Amino acid sequence: MKKLINREPGRVGKWALGLLPFVLLAICYLVASDARLEANPNDKLLPAMSSFVDAIDRMAFEPSKRTGEYQLWVDTVASLKRLALGVLISASIGLVFGIATGTIPYLRAGFSPLITGLSLVPPMAILPVLFIIFGLGELAKVMLIIIGITPFIIRDMQQRAEEIPAEQVIKMQTLGANTWQIVLRLVWPQVMPRLLSAVRLSLGSAWLFLIAAEAIAATEGLGYRIFLVRRYLAMDTILPYVVWITFLAFIIDFTLARYSRWRYPWFHGAQ
Amino acid sequence: MAAIEIKNLWKEYGDQVVLERLNAKVEEGEFVTIVGASGCGKTTFLKMMLGTEQASRGQLLLDGEPIAAEPDETRGIVFQRYSVLPHLSALRNVMLAGELSANRWLGLAFGARRRALRDEAREMLESVGLSQALDKYPHELSGGMQQRLALAQTLIKRPRILLLDEPFGALDPGIRRDMHKLVLDLWQKQNLTVFMITHDLAEGFYLGTRLWVFDKERLDPQDPGRYGARVTYDLPVGNSDKGTLQSISHSVDSTARALA
Repeated sequence: MKKLINREPGRVGKWALGLLPFVLLAICYLVASDARLEANPNDKLLPAMSSFVDAIDRMAFEPSKRTGEYQLWVDTVASLKRLALGVLISASIGLVFGIATGTIPYLRAGFSPLITGLSLVPPMAILPVLFIIFGLGELAKVMLIIIGITPFIIRDMQQRAEEIPAEQVIKMQTLGANTWQIVLRLVWPQVMPRLLSAVRLSLGSAWLFLIAAEAIAATEGLGYRIFLVRRYLAMDTILPYVVWITFLAFIIDFTLARYSRWRYPWFHGAQ
Repeated sequence: MAAIEIKNLWKEYGDQVVLERLNAKVEEGEFVTIVGASGCGKTTFLKMMLGTEQASRGQLLLDGEPIAAEPDETRGIVFQRYSVLPHLSALRNVMLAGELSANRWLGLAFGARRRALRDEAREMLESVGLSQALDKYPHELSGGMQQRLALAQTLIKRPRILLLDEPFGALDPGIRRDMHKLVLDLWQKQNLTVFMITHDLAEGFYLGTRLWVFDKERLDPQDPGRYGARVTYDLPVGNSDKGTLQSISHSVDSTARALA
């Protein structure tokens, strides 16, 4: 018998073991929900599966009685738009500033302390400032995402740019490259896959800031909806929304990971 | 006039002397191999040739002018590692020099120019024996193939001086011999001036036209940085006897022990 540390599950075993906790959690939920509903059929805390089905049907597949819109889709589109805009702008700023400060010592000396300082400001603390400056419209919500994740992306990109071996920077110069060409042909292509991983890492925070901003001031959006129906203890709506948000986050992360592997095989091959 | 002239060159970091009173002349087309214990300033000397380090005192002249204080296209280099760009295929790595000079802003070439560069790069890769690996990324190549690629990438730029910093240090002995043949071949074809650092004394004796041994003539065991290294042997390769190799080997070893 081998030691436990040297034993590995097979393919089927891996899947089974991976699924097991999900199945156990679902069973626990069903048992607990049944027990509560038996004691009080109007219990709202742990709704039965049928309530979820009703709620999903109502939110996703029936037009709302008040507005005539399919709410889940309206909320999803609104949230994803804000998220995409925020992340895209942050990634672009992060790329430009990160490469600039990571490559040019003079720019690093000038900007690094500022960026470090800004990254220490808790974004949620300046949310009121954002609402005051940018009003309660779309801009403030997107700005919160940008302010929340840009400093991290800049600092990560700066670090990645600095990590490029000095040998390669020297090499470029011996091949006749000027500073701009070194940025364009060496640094930029090499930090692109790293930008994708930085974006993947910051997506969690981006969702956090998005939902927080929507909870406070919005008229549609996934975060807005959750916090709206909280008033009626509508767990049958909140939980499917949470699952849906998790699923969206997973899909985005998965897509970025796959894209990176396909687009930058040299990066993943060398690791 | 000698291509490279070294006049009373010193390199110090604070009160640590790395190199002292270096004097030499190197003609165009010479192949200088540099050996010596670790810490005897071989790499520092190469960095001064490259322009990433400046001399503390004295002069390093290329064609009678002080050598540029930053790397440029007069000097090509192959390092032990990281010489090729991991994000470009072999062919693109070799095309790079041409692309950079084709367009100042984009560093890319288009149309007929690009096709010409590609053909040239293909020929170059063929001459280093990499015609099977044109579209492979460096991580898909073995260590020896990566160094061949690095040589091709450097030599297509036709530098005046080729600097080699232990280029074969990480390779297997068999592959090393192939690489020696390749380097000698390319050196003769392109009439390069070569400086090569190696750890391997025998390699230094076999390759090239001239052997430099960097060693500390004066060595204070309590303070190894007190005195710098000098060129203690400057020998033409090919007519030195076995006794010389042994005495060099002996003195280099004892310096290495003192520095360790």
